[in-house]
Amino acid sequence: MEDLRSKYLTRIGEAADEAALEEVRLSAIGKKGEVALAMRELGRMSPEERQVEGPRLNELKSEITSALAARKAALHDAALDARLAGEWLDVTLPGRRSGRGPADGSVHPVSQVWEEVTAIFADMGFAVAEGPQVESDWYNFDALNIPDHHPARGEMDTFYMARAEGDDRPPHVLRTHTSPVQIRSMQEMGAPLRIICPGRVYRADYDQTHTPMFHQVEGLAIDRDISMANLKWVLEEFFTAYFGRSVKTRFRASHFPFTEPSAEVDIQCSFEGGTVKVGEGDGWLEVLGSGMVHPHVLRSGGVDPDEWQGFAFGMGIDRIAMLKYGIPDLRAFFDSDLRWLRHYGFGGLQVPTLRGGV
Amino acid sequence: MKFTLSWLRDHLDTEASAEEIAEALTDLGLEVEEVTDPTATLRDFRLGYVEAAEKHPDADRLRVCRVATADGVKQIICGAPNARAGITVVVASPGTYVPGIDTTIQVGRIRGVESHGMMASEREMELSDEHDGIIELPSGEVGESFADWLSRNAPEKVDPVIEIAITPNRPDALGVRGIARDLAARGLGTLKPAKTAEIAGAFPCPIGVSIDADAREHAPHFTGRLIRGVTNGPSPAWLQARLKAIGLRPISALVDITNFFTFDLNRPLHVFDAGKVTGDLRVHMTKGGETIEALDERTYTFGPGMLAISDDHAIESLAGLMGGAPTGVSEETTDVFLESAYWNHVTIARSGRALKLNSDARYRFERGIDPAFTRPGLDLATQMILDLCGGEASEVVEAGAAPDTARAYRLDTMRVVSLVGMEIAADIQRETLEALGFTLDGDMARVPSWRPDVQGEADLVEEVARMASLTKLATRPMPRPQPGVPAPILTEGQRREQAARRMAAALGYNEVVSYSFIDAAAATLFGGGGEATRLENPISSEMSHLRPDLLPGLLRAAARNQKRGQTDIALFEIGAVFSGGEPGEQRPALTALLTGRSGPKDVHGSSRPVDVYDVRADVDSLLGALGAPAKTQILRDGDPWWHPGRHGRIGLGPKKILATFGEVHPRILDAMEVKGPAMALTIWPEEIPMPRNRSAARPPLELSDLQAVERDFAFVVDEKVEAQSLVAAAQGADKALIEDVRVFDEFIGGSLGEGRKSLAITVRIQPRGETLKEAEIEALSKAVIAKVTQATGGTLRG
Repeated sequence: MEDLRSKYLTRIGEAADEAALEEVRLSAIGKKGEVALAMRELGRMSPEERQVEGPRLNELKSEITSALAARKAALHDAALDARLAGEWLDVTLPGRRSGRGPADGSVHPVSQVWEEVTAIFADMGFAVAEGPQVESDWYNFDALNIPDHHPARGEMDTFYMARAEGDDRPPHVLRTHTSPVQIRSMQEMGAPLRIICPGRVYRADYDQTHTPMFHQVEGLAIDRDISMANLKWVLEEFFTAYFGRSVKTRFRASHFPFTEPSAEVDIQCSFEGGTVKVGEGDGWLEVLGSGMVHPHVLRSGGVDPDEWQGFAFGMGIDRIAMLKYGIPDLRAFFDSDLRWLRHYGFGGLQVPTLRGGV
Repeated sequence: MKFTLSWLRDHLDTEASAEEIAEALTDLGLEVEEVTDPTATLRDFRLGYVEAAEKHPDADRLRVCRVATADGVKQIICGAPNARAGITVVVASPGTYVPGIDTTIQVGRIRGVESHGMMASEREMELSDEHDGIIELPSGEVGESFADWLSRNAPEKVDPVIEIAITPNRPDALGVRGIARDLAARGLGTLKPAKTAEIAGAFPCPIGVSIDADAREHAPHFTGRLIRGVTNGPSPAWLQARLKAIGLRPISALVDITNFFTFDLNRPLHVFDAGKVTGDLRVHMTKGGETIEALDERTYTFGPGMLAISDDHAIESLAGLMGGAPTGVSEETTDVFLESAYWNHVTIARSGRALKLNSDARYRFERGIDPAFTRPGLDLATQMILDLCGGEASEVVEAGAAPDTARAYRLDTMRVVSLVGMEIAADIQRETLEALGFTLDGDMARVPSWRPDVQGEADLVEEVARMASLTKLATRPMPRPQPGVPAPILTEGQRREQAARRMAAALGYNEVVSYSFIDAAAATLFGGGGEATRLENPISSEMSHLRPDLLPGLLRAAARNQKRGQTDIALFEIGAVFSGGEPGEQRPALTALLTGRSGPKDVHGSSRPVDVYDVRADVDSLLGALGAPAKTQILRDGDPWWHPGRHGRIGLGPKKILATFGEVHPRILDAMEVKGPAMALTIWPEEIPMPRNRSAARPPLELSDLQAVERDFAFVVDEKVEAQSLVAAAQGADKALIEDVRVFDEFIGGSLGEGRKSLAITVRIQPRGETLKEAEIEALSKAVIAKVTQATGGTLRG
C-alpha cells in the first residue's frame, strides 16, 4: 500500500505534461488501474480486513486524485506563464485612435465666456436676448437718444450698408453696440424686464487694440424701483463670480446718450510686473459703461418712464475674456490660427456651471 | 481739452493741489487723461552760489568754479560765458538726470581737472530754449530746491498742465471757466465773479452785417465791430506761455486773443483784416461749388446749404468752421473786424463733416456754445484787443438776435434718490443745481444758457448725482424677480446651439470666430456678393460684403493654417449668415470643415485621408445634439459649391432641408487657395423642428423576451442605386416585425460587371407575441427579396 502511494505520487510529480499525467491517472485510478484492482480485492477479504483496508484504499484514491488535480493546475499555470513570457508589448506606443476625439477639439474663448456670463446672470434672473446684426438707423441710434447730428455718431466709426439708388431711407448700419436689442426686447416683452444681450458688434477701426468686429454683452433691468446702487451690486456680484474672487468696482460719472445718470465703471486690479491682476491692488481698470436708462430710450421701447425705471450696462466679451484668461492680443481672436485655438480654447466637455465654478 | 493750474485759478479761488483737482474732475465726469507737472523733472536741481571762478589751466573757454552747494563747497568746471563769482545758480549734483541733454551727471575730469556737477541753463532743464548761459537767479538760498524757487517766483514756468476728455454733452467744459464752475459746485473752491466789459463805440462801424432770410435758422445771431489803429505784434509772454502749455503755437496778438477766448470761455471768435474786406459782410447759404482758401492753407469746395460769410467781393469765411486766408490778419493789420456769432450746431456739424474740416471752432459750435454770451464775448474780446494791441473800437453791428433757450424742468428730489439709490438731502440737491448756474423757482429748475445738454428731468438727476459723487455710491442688493431657485432662461434655440457647439468640439473640431464680412469674390462664389449685402464704407476690400455662408470664412482660415504648415484641419463656426441687407435677413448656421488626414500617422495605421463618410457621421451626431428627428431623407443636387456627385442634403422632405454634407467642389478650393480635398457640413439650426412634447417623461420602454433573428441578404443592383432606397424597400417588407435594416457591405464592379454593385444588408426581425416558426421567417425573407428587387431592379446575389 505504501509502495503504491509513493510510486504514484512520485510519478505524478514527475509528469512533464498533461498527456503524461493522464497516463498516470489511468494506471493508478483508471478502471484497470492498480488502485481499482486493489479495490476489487476487497471483496475477497474478511469483513474485519475489509474494515481496515477499505478506508485506506479510499484515502489513497482521493490522495492520488487531489495530487493529479494539483499537478494539472501547476502544469497549466506553467504553460500560461511560458506563453505570457513571450507575450510582451511596448505599452509606451500611442493608443489607437478611431479618428478625432474630444482631446482634439476646442470651444472658442468667446463662446466659453458667453456661457460663463449667461450662467452668472441667469442666477440673478436675467434672460438672454438676441437681435439682428444689420440694424436700422433708428434702432441703432435714434431710439437710443442719438439723433442724426449727435457727435457720438461720428465717434462710433459706424459701418453703413450700401443703399440702392432711389432708396431714400437712411442707410442701415452694422450695429455699433448691442443696445438696439434693448429696444427690441422692451417692445416685445415690456416691463418688468431683465435681459442680457450678448452678440457681435461692428466699428470701422483696426489697430493693436481694435478689430472691426468684436463682442459685447448688454444688460438691462427694468422695474419700478431699480436704482444705480442696485446696478453697482449686480456688477460687483458679476465680476466676483466671473473672476472667482472678490472684485470691487468704482463708478465715475460720465455721459452716454442712452443713460442718465451715466457712469463708467472701473474694476479693482494691480498692474505689477506688466500683467493685470483683477481683484487685488489699488489700481483701477475701466471695463464698462453703464447708467440709468434714459426716459427717451424707455419711450422708444414702449415703456412708460413715469412708471418704470432701470439700469443698463455694456461691456466687451472679448475684453473680459482677455482679462480673465491672460490673452494678450484681441486681433488673434478672429485669426483662426489652430495653434491659438488649441492653446486658448476650452474642451468640449468643460461646460461652465455655477455649482462647479465658471 | 487742456488747461494749466494757474489758468484755472483765474476763475477758481482754490488752495487745492493739481492732484486733488484731477481726482475731483475724473469723479465729476471730466475724465483726466494726463497731468503733466513740469516740476517733476526738476526735483533734484538745487540752488548754489559761485564763490570763485578762475580760468581753466588748459582751456581758454572753461572756468574752474568753487560753488557752494547743498552738499558743501564743490569744484565745478563750466564753459558758460556768464560763469563768474557772486551769482546764484542752479546745480545738478552727480547722480542728477538732466532732461535737456538726456544725461545723468557724474564726477568727471575735464582737461585734467575734476568737476563735481554741472550748473544748468534753462534749455538743459527744458524750461525754455535759452542756452546763452547758465541761469542766474536774483534770489534764493544755497541748497534750496529749484522747483520750489520757481513755484514761488515764476509759477508760469512750472504750471501743471491737466488734460481732460470731454464727453459730447458738456460743451460748457470746453472753456476753463466751465471746468472751474464744476469744481466750485463740488466744493473745491469758489468761482470768481465773471469779468464784464463795457465798451463805448467811438465811431460807427464802417462794415455792416446782414443775415439772409433763408440763413437765419442756421445763423441766428451775428455781432461784430471794427477796431482801428491796432498794433498786431507778438502777444505778451503770459499769453504765449498759456497757449504753448496747451499745445498751441502763438501767432500774433490778435490771433492769440481769439484762441484764448476759445479755450478760456468757450467763445470762438474770428478776426478779419478790415483793410482786406470789401464792403459789408453778409451771412448766407451756399449753392454748392463755391471755393475758398482757408486759414489752414487748404482750399475747400462748399456743398449746397452750408453757411458762408461774404463781402462784396467773395466768400471770405467758412462760418463757424474757419476764416478765409485772403482776409486773415497779419503783422501789418491795423484795422481789425472782430466777429462773435452764434451758429446752429446741427448745421455746423453737418458742414464740418461734409468738408472734413476739423477746427477748435467747429468742435465747440457743433457741441453747442452759450447763445447768451455772443455779445458779452464780443465786448470782453474787444477790451483785450484794446489792452494788448491799442486802437479804438467802433460801435457794434448786429444781425439777428440770441435765440431764446429759456426752459425749466421739475426737480423731483424723491425721484433722484430713487434713481441713484443714494440718500441726497433735498436742500443739497437744490444747492448743487444753483452752484451749477440753475435758478430754482419752487421745484422748477431753470437751465443756464450754457448747458444745451440739459433737456429734461433726467438731466437734473445726472447733475445732482455726479456732484454727490458716484465714487461714493454704495451697493444695494437686487433681489431675484422670483424668490427661490432661478428658472431656466435659455431658449430652446440657445440651448441647442450650445449643445451643438459642445458636440462639435467633442468630435474634434476647433471652433473659430471669423469676421462677418468677406471679400466680394469669395461672397460671390457662395451665392452672395450682391449690392444688398455690400458695405458702403468697408475697412478694406477683403471685408466688403456680409458673408452669405460660413464656408468661405472657414476655407480662408484653412488656407492660412495650411500656409503655416498645418495640414490636418478640423474647424467649425456657429454664427449668422446674411441673405440681404435688411435687419433680420440673417439666419444662424453651423459649418464644419475637414481637410488632410483623420489624424497623425501612427503605428496602428489608423491615419487615413478624411472622406465624405467622416462628415456624414459628424453631421448625424450634430443633428442629434440639435434635437433633429432620427428619421431623415437624403437628397442630392445641393448648392454649386459642393462636389456634384459627393454631397447630400439631409431633409425632412424636399422643402425642409436641415443640413448639407459632402466634399467641397475642387474649383472652389482652387479659388480659395485651399489644398484639398476638403469635406464640409452645414446645418441650419432654425430648420430643425422644436419638440412638440415638453414633458420630461419618456414613453414606456417596450421590451420583448423573444429572441431577435438576423438574416443577411446581398443584392446586385445598378451602381447608382442608393442604399437609402434599398434599405427602405427591405424595411417595407414588414413594418411590424422588421426592427432594423443595416447595410454592412458594398462591392463595386469586379466580377459583377461594369456599372453594377453588390449591397449586403442585415435584417433584424423582432418577433412580437410569439416566436416565429422557420416557415414564417422564410416567408418574411421572401417578402424582403421581393420588395427589394421590385424597388431597385436588382437581384439576389447567388
